[in-house]
Amino acid sequence: MSDKILLIDDEEDFVETLAERMRSRDMDVSTSTTAMEALEKIDHESFDAIVLDLQMPGMDGLEALKRIKEKNPNLQVILLTGQATIEKSVEAMKLGALDLLEKPASIEELTEKIKKASTEKMILVNKENEEKIKKIIRGKAW
Amino acid sequence: MSLLNWLKPEFWDYKASDKGPFEYHFHFRSMWKKRILLLALAAFGPFSCLAIFDYLVTKHYAEKEIHLRTAQIVSSTTRTVSFYLNQRKTALDLISRPYSFEEISSDQNLLDIFHSLKRTIGGFSDVGIINSSGEQVGYVGYYDLKGDNYAQETWFAETVAQGSYISEVFLGHRNIPHMIIAIKHDQTDGSFYLLRATIDTESFNQLLSQTDLEGTGDAFLINHAGIIQTPTLSHGNILEKSPFPVPPYSEKVRVNETTAPHDKIIYGYAHIPGTPYTTLILGHKSELMAPWLKTRFIVIVFILISILFIMFIVHALATRLVNEIYTTDKERILTLREVAHTNKLASIGRLAAGVAHEINNPLAIINEKAGLMKDILSFSSKYSGDQKLVGSIDSILNSVERCGTITKRLLGFARHLDVKLQPIDIKAVIEDVLGFLGKEAEYRSINVNIEVESDIAIFKTDRGKVQQIFLNLINNSFAAMSDGGHLNIKIIHHDNDFIAVSVEDDGCGIPQADLERIFEPFFSTKTKIGGTGLGLPITFGLAKELGGDIKVESTFGKGTKFTVYLPLTPKEPKEKQED
Repeated sequence: MSDKILLIDDEEDFVETLAERMRSRDMDVSTSTTAMEALEKIDHESFDAIVLDLQMPGMDGLEALKRIKEKNPNLQVILLTGQATIEKSVEAMKLGALDLLEKPASIEELTEKIKKASTEKMILVNKENEEKIKKIIRGKAW
Repeated sequence: MSLLNWLKPEFWDYKASDKGPFEYHFHFRSMWKKRILLLALAAFGPFSCLAIFDYLVTKHYAEKEIHLRTAQIVSSTTRTVSFYLNQRKTALDLISRPYSFEEISSDQNLLDIFHSLKRTIGGFSDVGIINSSGEQVGYVGYYDLKGDNYAQETWFAETVAQGSYISEVFLGHRNIPHMIIAIKHDQTDGSFYLLRATIDTESFNQLLSQTDLEGTGDAFLINHAGIIQTPTLSHGNILEKSPFPVPPYSEKVRVNETTAPHDKIIYGYAHIPGTPYTTLILGHKSELMAPWLKTRFIVIVFILISILFIMFIVHALATRLVNEIYTTDKERILTLREVAHTNKLASIGRLAAGVAHEINNPLAIINEKAGLMKDILSFSSKYSGDQKLVGSIDSILNSVERCGTITKRLLGFARHLDVKLQPIDIKAVIEDVLGFLGKEAEYRSINVNIEVESDIAIFKTDRGKVQQIFLNLINNSFAAMSDGGHLNIKIIHHDNDFIAVSVEDDGCGIPQADLERIFEPFFSTKTKIGGTGLGLPITFGLAKELGGDIKVESTFGKGTKFTVYLPLTPKEPKEKQED
C-alpha cells in the first residue's frame, strides 16, 4: 500500500516537481498551494503524512498546523522551511509537528521522514483501534 | 618634562575614534579646555575688573592729592614770604615813625635804629634816609653811600607815589643780589622823606629752602618778567631768565601740569600781593606719584600671585572634574562600543537571515528539478546510459547542497539564542567534543593530549555553546594538520575570573596578513574546498555571548594556538537586542 501524502507549499514549481518525484517513488501525492485549500482536502480525505511549508502568504505554516491538528490529531505533519529559527521549530514541535526539515532537503531525507510519519500514524491508529476494542470488550458483558 | 607630565591629565591621550556613533560625547581634551576657560573667566573677570577699577580710581585720587598738596605748599610759601616782607616793612615804619626828619638824619639816631632792627627782627643789611629831592642824607651800612642821589631811580618815584615799595632782587653796588624796602614818611609841613633798607637775601632765601618738597621738587620766586629771584635747585641761577614759561598772573593759587622733555611736571604758583614776586613750586610727576605707584606695584604683585594660585586651583579643579567624567565614561565608552558592535553584527545577522531565506526557496526548486531530472534519467531506459548527463545533474545537486550548507550556516550566524546556564566540567565537555571527532583522530593518527591545571572548578555557562566553540576549533585544527599531527589542549586559570583553554596544533598555521581577518564573516581561504568563512566568526560570536573572548597566535608553517577565555561567573543575560 502506497503512502498517501499531502504537499502544501506556495511555490507551485516546487510543489509540483516534488510531487512528481515522490509519485515516481510509489507515493500517492496530493498538492495544494494554499493552506485553505489543504484544509478543505483534509476534510474529505485522510493522509498518512502532510508536508507543510512554514512560510506562506495568507495563512502561515504554524496556523495551518494548528488547524490540521484540531481537525485530526492523528495526522502526522512534517514541516519544511527556508528559515528555521529555533523559536519557530520549538513552537511547531509543541503544536505537534513530527519533524522539521530545512530547505533544500534531499528527497531521501524527506522520504525517510515520511516513512516514519506513516509508521507513527499506523501505531496511533492501531492504538486507537485497540482502545476501541478494549472499550467494547469492557463495555459488553460477555 | 616631569612637571609637564604631572600637569598632563589622565585622559589627555585618550583618542576619540570616529568609528562609533557615540564618540562625539567623548572629546575630553576640548571638554577640559572649555572647563578651564570657563573657570578662569569666572575667576578673572571680576578680579581684573576690580584691579582696573582700583588702578583708575586710586590714580585719579593720587593726582588730586598731589595737586592739593602743591596748592597748599604754594599758598603757605606765599604767605610766609609775604609775611616776612610785610613784617620788615612794618618794623621799619614803626621804629622810624617817632623821629622827625632832623632827628633821624643824625647818624647816631640812624645807627640806633639800625641796631634795634638788627637785634629784633633782623634781616637788614643797611638803612638810609633820602630827602624829598632824592639825596641820601643819612646812611648806616657797609658802604659809604651818603650823598648819593636817587631822584632818577624808578623805585624813588614808585615809593613817592605809593607810600611804600618792595623791590625786585638786583645786584647793585656790592654786586651781590639784594632787594630793598622803602617807605615814605610825610612831614607835618607837607614835605616828606624816604626810609630805605636793604634786605639781606640770605635769610630771605632760607625761607624758601625750608619748604618741604619731595624729591627734586623746587620752590623759588620769579618776577613778572620770569627772572629768577631766589636760588633754585635745578631751574637756573638767580637773575637769570627762568627756563620755565611765566604763568599768567594770578593772585589765587593755581596748580597745573605741563610736559617736560623727560617727564610731566606739576607746578603751582601764586602772585605775592604788594610785591613783584610770584611763588613757583615745581615737582616731577613721576616722583610725586612714586608712593602711589609703589602701592600699585604691591597690588599687582599680589594679583599676579593670586592669578597663579587661581590658575593652579582652576587647573586642578578642571582636571579632577574631567577625570571623573572620564573614569565614569570609560566604562560607558566600552559598553557603547560593544553595543555598536553587537548592533552591527545583529544587522549583518538579519540581513544574512533574509538572504538565506530568499535563497533557500529557489534553491529548493533547483534541487527538486534537478532531482526530477535525475529520477527521469535513472528510471527511463532511454537515457540511462548517458553518464555525462547524470554527472552534470550530480554536480548541480552537489552545488545545491553546498549552497544549502552556506545558507544554513548564515542562519546559524544570525540566530541569537538565549544563553542557558548550567554548571559544567570543562574537561568533560572537551572530552565529549573529542568523542565526536575521535574516529577521525584515530584514523589520521593524530595525537590528542589534554592537560588540566589542578582545581579547575565546575562553573556555570552554556554547555551547548561551549561544545560548539570547541567543536569548531578542534575541527579547524584537524583540517590544518597533516596526518600524524599533534593537538595539545591546555586548561588553566586566567586571572581570577577566567578559565583559559588553549587549543594548539602543529598544522599549517595562518599567514600574518590573514590573522587579523579570520574572525570576519566570509573570510575564508578554503572556499574552493567547501569552507564557508563562517566557522570562526560564529565561534567568536559564541565566546562573546558567553562573556568570554578568543585570542589567536599563529606562525605560518608551524602551527596555530587558539585560546578561549571563559568567565567563571557568567555574564548577566543581556536584554534582547532584536525586536
